[in-house]
Amino acid sequence: MNMQIKPILAALRRHKAGTVLIALQIALTLAIVSNALFIIQQRVAHLSEPTGIDEANLLVISNQWAGDMSPQQIDAQILTDLAALRQLPSVQDASPGSGFPLKGGGWDNYVMRTSEQVEPTTDASVYLGDEHMLDTLGVKLIAGRNFNASDVARMVERQVVIPSTVIVTKALADHLFPDGSALGKPIYSMSSTPSTIVGIVERMQRQGVTNWNKPYAYESLLWPMRQDSGGLYYIIRAKPGQLAAAMREAPQALLAQNRLRIIDPKDGGSYAQIRERVYESDRGMAILMGIISVVLLAITAAGIVGLTSFWVGQRRKQIGVRRALGARRSDILGYFLTENLLIGIGGVAVGAVLAIGINLWMVTQFEMERLSLVYVGTGVVLLLLLGQGAVLAPAVRASNVPPVEATRSV
Amino acid sequence: MFAYYFQLGLRSLRRNPALTGLMVMAIGFGVAASMITYSVFRAVSGNPIPDKSSQLYTPQIDAWGPHKNIKGEPAAALNYADAMALMHAHKATRQTLLFSVSMSLLPQGSSSLPLAVNGYAVSADFFPMFEVPFLYGSGWSAADDEGRAAAVVLSEEFNQKLFGGANSVGREISLNGHDYRIAGVARHWDPKPRFFSLFNDNGFQDPSDFYLPFNRALDVQVSPNSNSCRGHMTFDSWDGWLHSNCVWASPWVELDSAAEAERYREFLESYAADQQHAGRFAWAPNVRLRNVMQWLDFQRVVPPESRISLIVALGFFVICLVNTIGLLLAKFLRRSAEIGVRRALGASRKQVYAQCLMEAATVGLAGGVLGLLLTAVGVTGVGLLFSPDIARLAHLDLSLMGLTLLVAVFATMAAAFYPAWRAAQVQPAWQLKSN
Repeated sequence: MNMQIKPILAALRRHKAGTVLIALQIALTLAIVSNALFIIQQRVAHLSEPTGIDEANLLVISNQWAGDMSPQQIDAQILTDLAALRQLPSVQDASPGSGFPLKGGGWDNYVMRTSEQVEPTTDASVYLGDEHMLDTLGVKLIAGRNFNASDVARMVERQVVIPSTVIVTKALADHLFPDGSALGKPIYSMSSTPSTIVGIVERMQRQGVTNWNKPYAYESLLWPMRQDSGGLYYIIRAKPGQLAAAMREAPQALLAQNRLRIIDPKDGGSYAQIRERVYESDRGMAILMGIISVVLLAITAAGIVGLTSFWVGQRRKQIGVRRALGARRSDILGYFLTENLLIGIGGVAVGAVLAIGINLWMVTQFEMERLSLVYVGTGVVLLLLLGQGAVLAPAVRASNVPPVEATRSV
Repeated sequence: MFAYYFQLGLRSLRRNPALTGLMVMAIGFGVAASMITYSVFRAVSGNPIPDKSSQLYTPQIDAWGPHKNIKGEPAAALNYADAMALMHAHKATRQTLLFSVSMSLLPQGSSSLPLAVNGYAVSADFFPMFEVPFLYGSGWSAADDEGRAAAVVLSEEFNQKLFGGANSVGREISLNGHDYRIAGVARHWDPKPRFFSLFNDNGFQDPSDFYLPFNRALDVQVSPNSNSCRGHMTFDSWDGWLHSNCVWASPWVELDSAAEAERYREFLESYAADQQHAGRFAWAPNVRLRNVMQWLDFQRVVPPESRISLIVALGFFVICLVNTIGLLLAKFLRRSAEIGVRRALGASRKQVYAQCLMEAATVGLAGGVLGLLLTAVGVTGVGLLFSPDIARLAHLDLSLMGLTLLVAVFATMAAAFYPAWRAAQVQPAWQLKSN
């Protein structure tokens, strides 16, 4: 098929307004859709980040003490509670805790390599727990040892206790000691008292996952300690497939021990619930951008169909003349497809520049990342294909105009 | 003439159903997307206390120094020493310290379980300065603050839950095992964003259940929900913690004029300078005094998601309008012959122009009605897109409904300027000749 581009350009010059409008629409659609796709990818990547723990079988119970209990009473109650939880048929293990991955904010400490340091080396999420913590969370110990019962200390309200032994995540170990020599080294977390790294776990997500946490992703500090004040979390690992049973039995078992406590149903829960809570704005953004992209593409396609149909209607006579002069149907079809392709190329050229411009502006406003050109490229291909698809029906109708049309005056 | 053009417009809606339907859909979707995201944005970016927002200020004092502060900015709350110093200096018309607390409420009957409740520890001035309305009783007095009275003010909702809405003033409740006498019950009051409580909070929390005296709360060691510390933490008791560099108290002052605000700023500067001379601060004074709207802006209360979605939705609407310009052009020019006849019969260009604009306005109105329906559906489904504490603020009221229709009609008419002008340029002779 030998397509003449010059006559198409000559014809487009006679339809400047329509041409510019379609090109502009394609340009703006590309600018918005490629940025929307990029936002979707960023958000989905964020909410798909692994936590490194056995999410499928984990359950978190938020337990606040009611009334006026002494630290001794609280500590005794925690030990009884844990014994009761661990005896449940659906429960594999349980640990006391001060927080949990994806809690959405919580306790974090600055960490330093020396005690005199003024500027901290990094920041780590602090997790309290006992010798059952690693087994309960299902995190993998890759170096050193687990805590033992004698490591576990107690902490009461407003009392800074620095444990002599800590376990760190690999991310934290690598940040503090890039040469890989973390095991056995002392570290300082907002204190002049050193803690020795006795173990390294493969991966454990922080409590918070907002932008602020990004530079310290997966940097967690595990302390062998029970908190005997206010309240705590019970982290419970169900036996495989028995999460539902554990979720039913555990709160009942706790209330059977002592009713002077408040179990907050809106805090903790299963990891499906925890994930939903912490990532809800990411999920919402991805859904919104998805809806807007789909509707936008549909409206742009419909606009192209509408305007091209109008052109075909206007040019019936000229098409008839061309057909009478020997043009085949495929020539007419090719004419409209090529015309649309030319407009589309003009549109995506402007649109690509706009897309990058909008992204650069958003980077300055919203702590967003730079738009990868893959998304612009995907958008370009998508819109050119969309244009060709939209123009197909009117173009086929044009190619069906009979040569006899040339002889009709109306 | 107007009514006649409107009638013509209605009739022409039916003439090219496909083309017209497309335009109505484009306008409807575009305006609905904009209005749904705007309803959320309006709720999160509003002024929570319009008549006083320029008289209420939160002072900040850098007690951490250049190495530990937040990129040069002082912390968003005060430590105990600075908070108490500001209160004792009493340099403002009214002033309060506050922090948010979670407590347990012991049940009256033995069978029911204890309740988790949320509130604030505040000073006596809190109630008049934030214009808290009262249903029963009142707040406590400054003398009660000094006398460390065990008073409490309940919210209307909490009073409903505990006492079935009865006047409970004078009765007692037990929080964390300590008794408090009810001084008043506040009428429903829940400013959003909660400008006074943005330290480690997003401003869209659940309504508060109660308010208790700041001094009393410290006496019985009620812990603030959050605190932030720097450097080495060495405390091992409540008093040790109080005198550490941990910040947790949010201070607010009421200053009636710009001159007074200036004087207060000078006072903060001189206070920080005194601390420097006394050797407590090893750095030059670094203080801030922001009013409500400046504070909301500085604390970035509007979630980025809300801004981004509003911007994207507006971009979407612009594209829908570009689409409408093209389709209106096709719709009007398709009728060139008819316009030619009208022009030949004596219609002026102006009249053709007016008629086309009116027709566009009719399309816009139809789009607006569709947009209104979609907005109503969207506002109820907004929980899918935003977190519940923010989504619950979005609602469809009369002003939003009016805005939806107005925006749809005027945007469509703006889109019709060029196509209508083209239609008015139609040469009657040309059209009549070709027929």
